[in-house]
Amino acid sequence: MNMKVIATKALFFTLSFFLLLSLLAQHGCSKPRVKKAVYVLVDTSGTYNQQFDKVQIVLRYLLGSLQSSESLALARIDSESFNEKNIIARMTFDSRPSMANAQKRAFLESVEQFGNNIQSSQYTDITGGILQAIEYLNETQATEKRILIFSDLKEDIKKGQVRNFPISFDGIHVVAVNVTKLKSDNVDPREYQKRLEQWSQRVEQGGGYWKVINDLNHLSQIIE
Amino acid sequence: MTFDFWTNIIEGQVMLSLLLWASILIVVMYIARQPAHQIILVLARSLRNALRLMAQSVMLAEKQLRSRNREVLMAQGQEHAERFIEREFQRVETLVNRDLSGYPSLQRDLKEQITRIDEDYVQSSEVPPKPPEWLKAIEAVANIPDNGSPVVAKILNDIHTTLKKALEKDLQEYRLANRNRHGLLKKMMPYWRSLTSSLNSVERKITGLEQRSIIIDSQMQSYEDIRNHGAYAERMLSSSSLTQFFISGLALCLAIIGMYVNFQLVALPMEEMVGAASYLGSSNIRASDISALFIISIEVILGLFLMDAIGITRLFPVIHLLDDHKRKMIFWIMLSFLFIFASIEASLAYMRDMLASDREALSQLLTGVEVAEPPLRWIPSLGQMIMGFILPFVLTFVAIPLESFIHSSRTVSGLFIVWVLHMLVVFIRFIANLIFGIGRMLISFYDLIIFIPLKIESSFKQKNDDKKEEKISGALTHQQETDEGK
Repeated sequence: MNMKVIATKALFFTLSFFLLLSLLAQHGCSKPRVKKAVYVLVDTSGTYNQQFDKVQIVLRYLLGSLQSSESLALARIDSESFNEKNIIARMTFDSRPSMANAQKRAFLESVEQFGNNIQSSQYTDITGGILQAIEYLNETQATEKRILIFSDLKEDIKKGQVRNFPISFDGIHVVAVNVTKLKSDNVDPREYQKRLEQWSQRVEQGGGYWKVINDLNHLSQIIE
Repeated sequence: MTFDFWTNIIEGQVMLSLLLWASILIVVMYIARQPAHQIILVLARSLRNALRLMAQSVMLAEKQLRSRNREVLMAQGQEHAERFIEREFQRVETLVNRDLSGYPSLQRDLKEQITRIDEDYVQSSEVPPKPPEWLKAIEAVANIPDNGSPVVAKILNDIHTTLKKALEKDLQEYRLANRNRHGLLKKMMPYWRSLTSSLNSVERKITGLEQRSIIIDSQMQSYEDIRNHGAYAERMLSSSSLTQFFISGLALCLAIIGMYVNFQLVALPMEEMVGAASYLGSSNIRASDISALFIISIEVILGLFLMDAIGITRLFPVIHLLDDHKRKMIFWIMLSFLFIFASIEASLAYMRDMLASDREALSQLLTGVEVAEPPLRWIPSLGQMIMGFILPFVLTFVAIPLESFIHSSRTVSGLFIVWVLHMLVVFIRFIANLIFGIGRMLISFYDLIIFIPLKIESSFKQKNDDKKEEKISGALTHQQETDEGK
């Protein structure tokens, strides 16, 4: 076998190798890599605390959808929501699938424990909860950050608390899930619409994205 | 200059303005008719010639490539024939070493058998009994006339009795001797049979060699044809190369499917080792996928080395040129590595099954559905483990179609490029003719635009010609009349 043949074979192998690499690279680089982080805020005020079964449905869906190295946190909205103590469970799932599965089981257990002992709060500090969520989400360094708010979106803060200031969302998706209507909304439905409009403006002015999902049959839209 | 400028050269008269411009254009075109025609023709001819030149150079390249393909094809065919003949000679060598090496001992056996047969034959030869010495005396006594004497009669009777007894004794001895001879001949039978069997065995061996020599003769004929660059050999090799290309391509496709199955067995458990969230640089390629691909690639490469070490393929000349001992060593090393990798893959396949079960259990927990454990759950686990163990060994055989594919692809790619070049030549020639045709069409179109002045010109020419003809014919008539008057 002469050198020419060897050279041809070497060229063939090299070309094949580069072709394979380029195909892989094309396949791999076709979409930017996504790392998600979801922060779930649950309103525990008297007007909302009966809706936890719906929160559980969404959390189960999220636990099934989120992958290794992605983050999930559950926190309650009460009278003073800008507080680490309000976080019920938070986890960045391990890169090993078996460990991540174990973490998901532990998370689910925490959620069930919390569900059995929900204590109703007097006030509803939604802004405080959102600020806490933004802080957590920024720490995760995820590429897609989402805050899911299970609330009627009626903020009711303690006297003396300052919450009326702009918030920097910086690309965070805020999804209001299962926004319940209050009795007063039935008297004047414009109040409900006004509430949603106010939150939408607040989020979008802060550089975030706003979405409302009331039908839980479309769970996939929550993290899409 | 806007469109309005052209349409308003006569204020408010668009059509008239356009007509004026058209008239000017026609006049200018009529004046420039000859040089315009020449420019179009020269341009078309130049382009056609340039394209023809291009076509010629492409044809030259095609010819050179065709010649190169032929050389490659012949070289491959020659190499293949050499390998075939070499293998046949190896078989002949094996036959000679195995069968004819025992020929001296066979000859010795045959000699011994023949000697024994000869000895037995000699011993079994019949010795005719000698007539008794006293027979003549008895004959003389028997001729004595008895003359009625009782004494003579008694003597003769006694002699007869004695003679009878002697004859009976001789007959018995003769029968005994014959029986012994028959016994000896019977003992010769196995030697004869053994001799026949030995000779048959020799005949079979000689026939095997003869058949091999016929195959070698046929291959030598093909080899000579290839060396002489015969057209028949080229056609055969080309056809064989194409067949090889498609068959090996198909086999490689199947192998790739096998590799994909293998990849699926390994990829998930690799996530457990290198992490599911590790990626290659900034790309979207998972490190676990790359690791799984790497393991499979290593297995394939080990298979290639293994096949080369055995001598089935010749992808790496360095291995092929090593002596038998070293090649054997490489074979065992590669086999050991393959065994280790196969064991690793079997364990990974088992881990995959465990992870899948765990994931399934979590999924059931999250959906709140309780599903009972299916019976005989161990069967798919075992199946995956066996597959994980066997597939690396199966993938070693990829080397065979890969070698065929590489060899045949040289010829096939050459043929394909020749075809492309040929089509390019046809295309260039078509374009050249098209450009020349367009040039001629442009000249006709040019004349079509200025057909009015051309028509006027031709009618003027016609009139002038008529006048000239009249003048000439008038002059001729006048000349004729003058001549007649004279």
